[in-house]
Amino acid sequence: MAATHGGYYLPHGSHWPITGSIALFILAVGTASYFQGAGWGPWAMLLGFAILIFMMFGWLGTVISESVAGAYNEQVDRSFRWGMSWFIFSEVMFFAAFFGALYYARVLSVPWLGGVDVETNKLLWDGLSLNWPTAGPGHADFEFEYMPAWPIPTINTILLLTSGVTITIAHHALKAADREKLVKWMWATVGLGATFLMFQAYEFYEAWHHMNLTMHTGVYGSTFFMLTGFHGFHVTIGTIMLIVITLRCMKGHFTPENHFGFEGVAWYWHFVDVVWLGLFIFVYVLI
Amino acid sequence: MSAVDHAADAHHHEGPEPGLLRWVFTTNHKDIGTLYLLFSLMMFFIGGTMALIIRAELFQPGMQLVDPYFFNEMTTLHGLVMIFGAIMPGFVGLANWQIPMMLGAPDMALPRLNNWSFWLLPFAFTLLLSTLFMPGGGPAGGWTMYPPLMLETGQAFPFIIFAVHLMGMSSILGAINIIATIFNMRAPGMTLMMMPLFIWTWLITAFLLIAAMPVLAGAVTMLLTDQYFGTHFFNAAGGGDPVMYQHIFWFFGHPEVYIMILPAFGIVSQIIPTFARKPLFGYASMVYATASIAFLSFIVWAHHMFTVGMPLAGELFFMYATMLIAVPTGVKVFNWVATMWEGSMTFETPMLFALAFVILFSIGGFSGLMLAIASVDFQYQDGYFVVAHFHYVLVTGAAFAIIAAAYYWLPKWTGNMYDEQLGKLHFWLSVASVNVLYFPQHFVGLAGMPRRIPDYAVQFTEWNMVSTVGGFVFGFSQLIFLWIIIKAIRGGVKADARSWEGAHGMEWEIPSPAPYHSFQTPPDISKVMARGDAHS
Repeated sequence: MAATHGGYYLPHGSHWPITGSIALFILAVGTASYFQGAGWGPWAMLLGFAILIFMMFGWLGTVISESVAGAYNEQVDRSFRWGMSWFIFSEVMFFAAFFGALYYARVLSVPWLGGVDVETNKLLWDGLSLNWPTAGPGHADFEFEYMPAWPIPTINTILLLTSGVTITIAHHALKAADREKLVKWMWATVGLGATFLMFQAYEFYEAWHHMNLTMHTGVYGSTFFMLTGFHGFHVTIGTIMLIVITLRCMKGHFTPENHFGFEGVAWYWHFVDVVWLGLFIFVYVLI
Repeated sequence: MSAVDHAADAHHHEGPEPGLLRWVFTTNHKDIGTLYLLFSLMMFFIGGTMALIIRAELFQPGMQLVDPYFFNEMTTLHGLVMIFGAIMPGFVGLANWQIPMMLGAPDMALPRLNNWSFWLLPFAFTLLLSTLFMPGGGPAGGWTMYPPLMLETGQAFPFIIFAVHLMGMSSILGAINIIATIFNMRAPGMTLMMMPLFIWTWLITAFLLIAAMPVLAGAVTMLLTDQYFGTHFFNAAGGGDPVMYQHIFWFFGHPEVYIMILPAFGIVSQIIPTFARKPLFGYASMVYATASIAFLSFIVWAHHMFTVGMPLAGELFFMYATMLIAVPTGVKVFNWVATMWEGSMTFETPMLFALAFVILFSIGGFSGLMLAIASVDFQYQDGYFVVAHFHYVLVTGAAFAIIAAAYYWLPKWTGNMYDEQLGKLHFWLSVASVNVLYFPQHFVGLAGMPRRIPDYAVQFTEWNMVSTVGGFVFGFSQLIFLWIIIKAIRGGVKADARSWEGAHGMEWEIPSPAPYHSFQTPPDISKVMARGDAHS
């Protein structure tokens, strides 16, 4: 429900936000209880997640139908743009915390423990020297292999960079009102994203089962899996967003002038691309 | 679902929907502002009750009322509740009410998101406060949640982490909305440098929120994975470092300090010109000073960690960078005083609280400068001098500013003047008792009394007794505030559109109480601008 007041657009009451809050609450209680060993935890997680999905369909569906009905003016469009930009910025800062942890471990804590800080080394693990990648001074005899930049991460870099090109070609097709070309290149982008994810899943499987590289593998394993894992999660979200937008492209929701939904997803996709470049350099190449 | 149909009959329901569910579904900035402010008030009393439990136990040395673990739960939850439940939602509530009105806008830019920002909070605090009743008790390692102690928490551990995640989400979504509103919803012709200072300070605060809150989310996520997924971020055996948590936490924590004070600067910059009947002195320098403080807030975090071990160069850098903050803050205090210079001043309750803010916040600022000196911080660290310092900036700073704002804008919100005599009583009781409460904590702190400990050496007894008496008087004085608010909502002398003689700005151009949608069409700001007082 929405109304335009004079020159302004104003929605009336909405039950979607409170639905989202209830979903997140159930999800949080379920997950926390599961961590503490409650048998019903996974069921509550599932319920919370289902309500969350329902909420997203409902909320975004409302926004889409309002948009298609022409209820939005340029000002609303600008609000969406500011909203999406700053949301992406908040995501950047979330990744910054984990990159910060990586730099701290590589530049400070691991060298300190390994003898650069003489006192610390003497007090804790006398005479032990450490080199990145490490499972830590407490697990000095722990055998594992680190993940090299070649072949999978390099292939994945090429895949993501190419997907940045394909989505741009799609955007130009959208601006030229060439729907057939648009949809074709969107599916290409989706395919590249999905292929990335399959390679990433294969890499995780190999690491976990054949290289003894897990989340337990000291601070190297911690930063490796948290950074690539959260990134993979964001690529998953991004791919789902791409699929939704491609279906909307096929339904003809977008015009050459008016297609913020498309652009928002494209921005998000470029964001996961840029984060990956940081990962590729600092997690894989500069090992 | 047709938006267009609704647009046609929009003018039939300009007011709020009937029924209680209106408050759950509302997308109106005034409704949501009210919800935020009431939530903040409730948390203020819950967190205040915890503080009184702490002060009651500290009335005498030895153990009297509560067991030590419960005492530690109280210090921890008092901090979390007051910061995330009382101060921050209080400011967001003020932002919700005031930003659209002061910009000449109909509402916030993203009204549904606005509803969600608020309605995440009751769920977050249900999670947080329910931990008190869980096996093993609630969090008791301090609001900063340092590992490895935090990892010793019982069943409550993951609930606290997820509560922090939800609070962070609420803050980030709220901040996104505020930025979108300020950038996009200003009345035609209102340039950025015409905006009232409250808007400016909130704009910069919103940047800080979006940059800092995700880092906190990252830090607590690492705690969660260290506990349940075997990661070694904060474990030296795995090559990590517990001190790394402190770095990440305070990278959030120090901007957080300014998140809780910049909007207060904005409020005081609105109130002092009104009651001095002069435009704000040095408007542009106020804007630049606010931005400078925000920038500096990101490069000073390790002054919270002088004693944990840091290279000498680090100690020096963080010491000098911290002291640098005194420069833009000094600009602000100077400007407030210069605004009052030769003004024709009157001293209604909002002005009294604003003046108390300027003086008492400055005391907190000076003790902050003392704490910034790395070499002497080794004496102050984790003692009551620190407690006294941050309560001067957060209670007589942030909380006093929120109270001042409530008195200043209550006539606009309710349409009724509050009871001025009761307001003055509230002020004088508060300002006297708050100093009795916190000033002695400087003395016991300098003498070496540690914080977060339920028992203490006997030589600290007298000043702790004084402090506790002040605490109870201050706490119960706030009931007067509650009564004044209820009274003003229920009735009283009708307020004019311009409730204060010297008040200028868009919010005073519309009737009191403000209509449900402040500005239905873009207002003509030329007459406000012509008086040259848009931003006074």
